[in-house]
Amino acid sequence: MERKTLTCICCPIGCTIEAELEGNHVLSVRGNSCPRGEKYAKSELSNPVRTLTSTVGLTGSATGAAVAPVRSAREIPKGKMLDCMKELSRVSVAAPVHIGDIALKNAAGTGVDIVITRDMQ
Amino acid sequence: MNKQYDVVIIGAGVTGCAAARYLSRYNVHAAVIERAEDVCAAGASKANSAIVHAGFDAKAGSLMAKLNVEGSRIMPKLAEELDFSYMNNGSLVVCMDEADYGKLERLYQNGLKNGVEGLEIVRGERLRELEPAVRSEAYAALWAPTGAIVCPFGLTVALAENAAANGVEFIFNTAVTALRHEGGAWSVQTDKGLIRADAVINAAGTYADVLHNMVSTKKIHITPRKGEYMLLDHAAGDFVKRTVFQLPTKLGKGVLVSPTVHGNIIVGPTAEDIFDRDGVNTTQAGLDAVRQRADLAVEGLPLKQVITSFAGLRAHEDGHEFIIGRAEGTENFFDCAGIESPGLSSAPAVGKMISDIVAEELKLDKNAAFIPTRKGITELKKLSMAEQNALIRQNSAYGRIVCRCESITEGEIVDAIRRPVGARSLDGVKRRVRAGMGRCQGGFCSTRVMEILARELKASLADITKSGGEAKLITGLAKQEAEKYETI
Amino acid sequence: MKQYDIAIIGAGPAGLAAAAAAYDAGAKNIIIIEREDAPGGILNQCIHAGFGLHTFNEELTGPEYAARFIARVKERGIDMLLSTMVLSIARDKTITAMNRTQGVFTIQPKAVVLCMGCRERSRGALNIPGFRPAGIYSAGTAQKLVNIMGYMPGREVVILGSGDIGLIMARRMTLEGAHVKLVAELMPYSGGLKRNIVQCLDDFDIPLMLSHTVVDIHGRERVEGVTIAEVGADLKPIAGTEEYYPCDTLLLSCGLIPENELSRGMGVGIHPVTGGPMVNESLETDIEGVFSAGNALHVHDLVDYVSEEAAAAGRNAAQFALAGNANEVCTQRICIELSGGIRYAVPSAIAPDRIQSSLTIRMRVGSVMKNKRLNVIINGEKIISRPRPVMAPGEMEQVVIMKDMLDKYAKVESILITTEDM
Repeated sequence: MERKTLTCICCPIGCTIEAELEGNHVLSVRGNSCPRGEKYAKSELSNPVRTLTSTVGLTGSATGAAVAPVRSAREIPKGKMLDCMKELSRVSVAAPVHIGDIALKNAAGTGVDIVITRDMQ
Repeated sequence: MNKQYDVVIIGAGVTGCAAARYLSRYNVHAAVIERAEDVCAAGASKANSAIVHAGFDAKAGSLMAKLNVEGSRIMPKLAEELDFSYMNNGSLVVCMDEADYGKLERLYQNGLKNGVEGLEIVRGERLRELEPAVRSEAYAALWAPTGAIVCPFGLTVALAENAAANGVEFIFNTAVTALRHEGGAWSVQTDKGLIRADAVINAAGTYADVLHNMVSTKKIHITPRKGEYMLLDHAAGDFVKRTVFQLPTKLGKGVLVSPTVHGNIIVGPTAEDIFDRDGVNTTQAGLDAVRQRADLAVEGLPLKQVITSFAGLRAHEDGHEFIIGRAEGTENFFDCAGIESPGLSSAPAVGKMISDIVAEELKLDKNAAFIPTRKGITELKKLSMAEQNALIRQNSAYGRIVCRCESITEGEIVDAIRRPVGARSLDGVKRRVRAGMGRCQGGFCSTRVMEILARELKASLADITKSGGEAKLITGLAKQEAEKYETI
Repeated sequence: MKQYDIAIIGAGPAGLAAAAAAYDAGAKNIIIIEREDAPGGILNQCIHAGFGLHTFNEELTGPEYAARFIARVKERGIDMLLSTMVLSIARDKTITAMNRTQGVFTIQPKAVVLCMGCRERSRGALNIPGFRPAGIYSAGTAQKLVNIMGYMPGREVVILGSGDIGLIMARRMTLEGAHVKLVAELMPYSGGLKRNIVQCLDDFDIPLMLSHTVVDIHGRERVEGVTIAEVGADLKPIAGTEEYYPCDTLLLSCGLIPENELSRGMGVGIHPVTGGPMVNESLETDIEGVFSAGNALHVHDLVDYVSEEAAAAGRNAAQFALAGNANEVCTQRICIELSGGIRYAVPSAIAPDRIQSSLTIRMRVGSVMKNKRLNVIINGEKIISRPRPVMAPGEMEQVVIMKDMLDKYAKVESILITTEDM
């Protein structure tokens, strides 16, 4: 059994939550002042995920822009963020691009695509 | 680099640039060598009170007094000829305590001896009328109607540009490492190579003693004396109309509160002797001191409106006197040393004096083709709407505001870069057109000015600096950095 | 120049929302004037996610959130003048603006909505002693360099101030390969959102040093390091606690200031606490027909509230423009009184009889307070009392007063917003 401490992000209170877990399985949660905290702690401890946002190179832009903003289409495992960044550093797209265009498929084996977040000419 | 000149001027501060400008009235092949990447970039000329002192303070009979008063008289005409910002706003030395009145009276008498015009001791109503912000409990003040304010960058850049237009060369990023007189001329050894010259003018500010002592039998000693300042936003710009000095008391010299020609309020300086000849850092103690003393003579100074603080250095010579002329025991090595306050006010007079001495020694002829005037950078905001539109039709870059705080257009910035002795860095642009000098301190415009600099200088953005040398503004492309990252 | 009912200054989230709402309220001749080459304002460089949870019930990135409002404006065919700087606005609402193609020109709208946003507090305004080398950036400038221009402002980074942009940039620069050494915060609490502390700092093991500040900046050309010291309860550095951190970059995230040079220039009264215009229940300034919203009015932490507030300002501007000058004269105006640690409220004074269906009052507290109730007291009677387990300066509070709550009183004598222990 393992004990972990984390700060709840559901509201400004920021409860310090102590959890006991067995591998990825959360056994108990303490210190939260509402049910949202329990839910957050369980998901954060069993499978922490994040939305990754960054930029990719942009070529041929009419406005001279050199980069286009992107995001992961869904949340990706927290531990995969830097792998995705590494792949993204080699990605370049040609203008024009539109919101939702795929810049990188299946980033770092997560099964999640990286998509453009701004229309750019 | 292996160049030969008649005269080499070391230092492109206001004194060096004034020497260059006045020397260019003669037929001479001259160059200004500067360690920094631009004129007015080192320590004294770029950070000071921006005041043209009337001349009542310097000791009667001194060279300092003579050149101060002369400089103050030359300045208005020079401002017209060379098109830089100057305003004759008058100054007041405020005496708060009756017990100190004797000192004020002595200052007045000293001013009379120096030949300062229009001096008057004022009190009560008359004082209030001259400057309503002066504290009501003030006992009396010395009113100097010839006191004025000037843009130190504008003055220095104007002198340099005019000198360049008259043939003086400017060599930047070049530091003098040794001086030898050999074969009847000077070998000026620099970190970029050797420069030969018949004569050398030493205008090296806080380093002037170092150069002087390399060659002269009579040693001098300069102490860098730091002065810290705060600058207030335009919103506070009308707080005072006059330059308000505090009469020195036993508690200290006091700080001044003055408008600037650009509509800010300047408060300072402190006076601290330091060892570091480039020590232009501000300190907590210094800034605290400015704050504490700021409002001793004026009431309601809005110190909340501070937009920046900075420090400058005075090249204080032990004798507290300007050292101008041939250095003892040398041939054709001329000093402009110990140029501390009122150095800015005196600069035109210093430049005139040293250039005349050098011309006489080298038997230089008058330059018949001398151009006495220079046109400054056109400021869009100072034009009428019709003139603005004519300018924008001619060059649409004047229709794009880059610095929103100071309303500076792309046209002005491009002009600052393209003209002779043009800007090469963010600070260079800032000194010439004030982009980034406003309340947001470049938060919005610095990236745009960087882009314009890169475009105009045909350089990569990675090579654009804040102030030359290693003052790089970016460290690379974002994507390159990420690639270095090891997978965790 | 075409006759406009409403001119909106700024095409950021506030300006866009104000324009669309004004159009929907019947004002068809609207112009938005924007200094940048594209609409969207600062959202374009806020490429991180977390926008729009309240408005769209999903987590959008800044550009995506902006795109939705840009689309609304475009669908309605609202005129947008880009790359155009408003130079001044006269008290009679004559706007003098300038761009490359039209030069300097004037527009005379019936109503104006001021949506200029805000700027960051600079190093100079913070009075941090030391040298002035390259490598000192406000967090927003760094954000533009990285996210819009694709450049890295530095490699070894110290951040002063735990405002949200600073936290976001700590993560962003880390992801791009920089080493963010620490975030120092003068106050004993963070100015940023909890979620940003966790996801931008904790995720990357970046320490947050509360009650610490930068007391010296080293390096003559490029930043070489900073000295950081602990501060006492008086927020002054404690001698002996100084520690040197080598770095090449100092980012500042020390607060935002509403941009109101145009407002001041036209004579609009500025609120001493918010730095934005003083407004009434219609978000109208003390110049009739001049409205304000978004970060130019007061600094928000969530863009959703900017949009909501700006839409209200837009509707009110439309109503004013359509009714001409025959705007109802209010019979009574009362100041909203504040106590219990509340620093400001927007609006600051209201005319109860001009409130339509409800009135949203947004406010901030001055320090972290726990286990409080936020109360609205009208004529001495507590009409709203909401439990607030925690209130922090970094998180805006709001209360909504319904019109029927006010209608109960023949005459509203006073409105007090205060806090009490739970």
